[in-house]
Amino acid sequence: MTHIDQSKIRNFCIVAHIDHGKSTLADRIIEQTGLLTSREMQNQVLDNMDLERERGITIKAQAVRTIYHAKDGEEYIFNMIDTPGHVDFNYEVSRSLAACDGAILVVDAAQGIEAQTLANVYLALDHNLDVFPVINKIDLPSAQPQRVSEEIEDVIGIEAQDAPLISAKNGIGIDDVLEQIVKKIPAPKGNPDDPLKALIFDCIYDSYKGVIVFCRVMEGTVKKGTKILMMATGAREEVAEVGYFGAGQLIPCEELSAGMVGYITASIKNVKDTAVGDTVTDADHPCAEPLPGYKKVLSMVYCGLYPADGAKYPDLRDALEKLQLNDASLYYEPETSIALGFGFRCGFLGLLHLEIIQERLEREYNLDLVTTAPGVVYKVFKTDGEVIELTNPSNLPDPSSIEHMEEPIVSAEIMVASEYIGSIMELCQERRGRYLGMEYIEGTRALLKYELPLNEIIYDFFDALKSRSRGYASFDYDIKGYEKAPLVKLDILINREEVDALSFIVHADSAYERGRKMCEKLKEEIPRHLFEIPIQAAVGGRIIARETVKAMRKDVLAKCYGGDITRKKKLLEKQKEGKKRMRQIGNVEIPQKAFMSVLKLDDKN
Amino acid sequence: MLYLHIPFCVKKCRYCDFLSGPYPEEVRKKYLKALLEEIRCRCGELSEKTVTSIFFGGGTPSLLEPEEVEAVLGECRKYLFIRADAEITMECNPGTADRRKLDGYREAGVNRLSLGLQSPREEELRLLGRIHTWERFLETYSQAREAGFDNVNIDLMSALPGQDLRKWKENLGRILALDPPPEHLSIYSLILEEGTELFEMERKGLLCGELALPSEDEDREMYHATAGILKDYGYQQYEISNYARPGYACRHNCGYWTRREYLGFGVGAASLLGEKRFSNERDIQKYMEDPCAGRQEEVLETEDIVEEFMFLGLRMTEGVGRKEFRERFGKSMDEVYGDVIRKNCGDGLLMDDGERIRLTERGLDLANYVMAQFLSREDG
Repeated sequence: MTHIDQSKIRNFCIVAHIDHGKSTLADRIIEQTGLLTSREMQNQVLDNMDLERERGITIKAQAVRTIYHAKDGEEYIFNMIDTPGHVDFNYEVSRSLAACDGAILVVDAAQGIEAQTLANVYLALDHNLDVFPVINKIDLPSAQPQRVSEEIEDVIGIEAQDAPLISAKNGIGIDDVLEQIVKKIPAPKGNPDDPLKALIFDCIYDSYKGVIVFCRVMEGTVKKGTKILMMATGAREEVAEVGYFGAGQLIPCEELSAGMVGYITASIKNVKDTAVGDTVTDADHPCAEPLPGYKKVLSMVYCGLYPADGAKYPDLRDALEKLQLNDASLYYEPETSIALGFGFRCGFLGLLHLEIIQERLEREYNLDLVTTAPGVVYKVFKTDGEVIELTNPSNLPDPSSIEHMEEPIVSAEIMVASEYIGSIMELCQERRGRYLGMEYIEGTRALLKYELPLNEIIYDFFDALKSRSRGYASFDYDIKGYEKAPLVKLDILINREEVDALSFIVHADSAYERGRKMCEKLKEEIPRHLFEIPIQAAVGGRIIARETVKAMRKDVLAKCYGGDITRKKKLLEKQKEGKKRMRQIGNVEIPQKAFMSVLKLDDKN
Repeated sequence: MLYLHIPFCVKKCRYCDFLSGPYPEEVRKKYLKALLEEIRCRCGELSEKTVTSIFFGGGTPSLLEPEEVEAVLGECRKYLFIRADAEITMECNPGTADRRKLDGYREAGVNRLSLGLQSPREEELRLLGRIHTWERFLETYSQAREAGFDNVNIDLMSALPGQDLRKWKENLGRILALDPPPEHLSIYSLILEEGTELFEMERKGLLCGELALPSEDEDREMYHATAGILKDYGYQQYEISNYARPGYACRHNCGYWTRREYLGFGVGAASLLGEKRFSNERDIQKYMEDPCAGRQEEVLETEDIVEEFMFLGLRMTEGVGRKEFRERFGKSMDEVYGDVIRKNCGDGLLMDDGERIRLTERGLDLANYVMAQFLSREDG
């Protein structure tokens, strides 16, 4: 493998709207390039995290290398990089794209172009990738490949008449896709003899090997023993191993040269030394300047994460550090809550990202977490001229010192089937949306353009969109900027004590409604105590809603004789165990899930 | 103490989650044979060879013929000394025993009857899936008295679907009007146990309207009214659900709550021997094949025993004593539970007279809440 022929390498990714069949196509490509037998294939080879398989979405970008025997008689190396499709993960998509030379665009033959199809394809074009379309799910009765191919040409403006018509699920048309990869995706360029220049597009942490850096070599060559320099962090290490990506495993090789995609290990123990987007170069013969970094995306949703057991704080810190290593979009900093103790304020790309991180912390790191209500970053303009970027509602200065506040606004594009336009417009109206315009596509669908406050869409907007359009709506957004708004801090008092972890910022007009709903929800979540517990919502010290958890009346087992002592004892133990999952605030015990449940206030609607 | 489990019933009741049900005659014969075999092989396990109480529970033990009861007691007598004044209780469902049987039981040595009436109201009996009527009960009750049973318990259930305080007081009134009234009453608030018919009915939303379950508040009103009324009639509440005329508290059950040693015979029966708790094979076929096999053993650590001592003892209105605690465990109760006792006294759930601690009236309502705190281990 010393002199690899660049013209026989194809580095590509697959982009698509969620559920259009990207991962399934990736599976088929792996299968049909003969790297694995059908028997070895688990359902979706690239999704190797349990969580991904359960949720049916791809969270982390991952790479795989396969060998393809093309019809021209040559052998080609395919480096395929899988990308996530959800709107929250645009940043990860952009990282993967930078390591590729081309992209396959998968469009569902029945659904046609969706909002994220557009977003992802534009992102790929921004990275100067050659994109060719594939029309998937042609086996569906509702498939309209001809209409979809016209749509691709009209809306995106790329040629689609010879797009492979496939069913990734049933393995139809995959040959055609493989041939087009060879023909339509350009071979990489770059000189193997130039100074090393490699782009880090992902990292994972392995307890034996330390940090494993996933990279695309742009120029030069890297092998075992090469002294490398991370240009942004300044870390220097000696390479211990290089290799490429088998399906689900790392396969060591001699060297990685310009045009290749693979991994480097260098006994890097300190997670902070490796930043995704950084450039790896040869410490002895450095390149002149680093590669242009990845497009940096800012956290849009913030919340507090606290260990349920205060003693686990260092564990949470280590876990966050490791997660951040291969999820650069995760941001965190220490914070303290009166109610919850020591924890972290964390920034996420969106609510799905938040939920995934939370679940990964709980599953992969075995942590029990308490999560506070997510919020966005507000700008607080104080009367003395100071401007604060507020990520934690508890830090809101005294209202008398605030001149005004601003909230982030997004421009949203919603693609919806014509019959649901009315109900989606209604939804946007309820969420304080500003209507910008509408374009019809193919007569049956429309692209609605709105400006919406970000804090109105972070909770459950996506779910509401799906339910009000019976799934026939898709959504994408971009941060537009900040706008002045009448915002207030809603406080929750439990047994007359303010619980800082439950406070959040809300538009003045919806404070009453949200306060009322929160009190109702908390009433359901807080178990009865020996005494009556008032739950109140307040704005600026004025109570706007109240519920009461009545005092406990009965908690007794009528019967307990010789035969069931063990069983009754287990019941008592369970009861005691339940108490451990509570947070003591004043003299009230609040179940951990109460902190999270208040986020889902609109679930019933 | 000996317990004998008789798992046979005429039919399964709608609230029952015990190991019992209807079985054909030949199974009963075979079961009895197995029971005798188990008595033969296990009686030696008791460290205390003198028996002060025996309890035939079920199921419906009164489906047994007097000769069968005699055979069982006779087998026990071969290996153990049953004191002349031992309390020998038999659970009896109205309508399953006639005068002949009752005379026979008495002759065999049974001296206490526990009648599973549950309710004197026909519609409530039907709802519970009981096979008898109030009329039938009255018949059995007077036959029991005629047969010479002078220590009779009646089981009742409160907080039944559709019940309210007025109806409950009427129920209690009918029982107290019996001549002579029962010496003992066990009164349970209905618990919907998973897997029972009533539980399913509730889950399907069938327990509504006229069949609505009383609220927690109503349930407690009935409970407190019961203690008050029974006190006026000369009964003393001696446990969360048990009331007796002076001198008639059930010795056998008090034995469970004070953690006395007991040996249980029969399918699924539990035993407490020294620091071990056992429970017998729960599959009746397997049990009958080899009644001494398939027993599960649970070794209790000192902490388990301390915890059980506390939460079982607190079920009784006399509570738990400091002196006894020290004698049993060699340390003071306050050393282990001082904080819990102080907290619960402060919350008005426990009373402490310096010698004994016991549940207050409110503590009885919230017994689980209190008892759970006495599970001391892993306490942070």
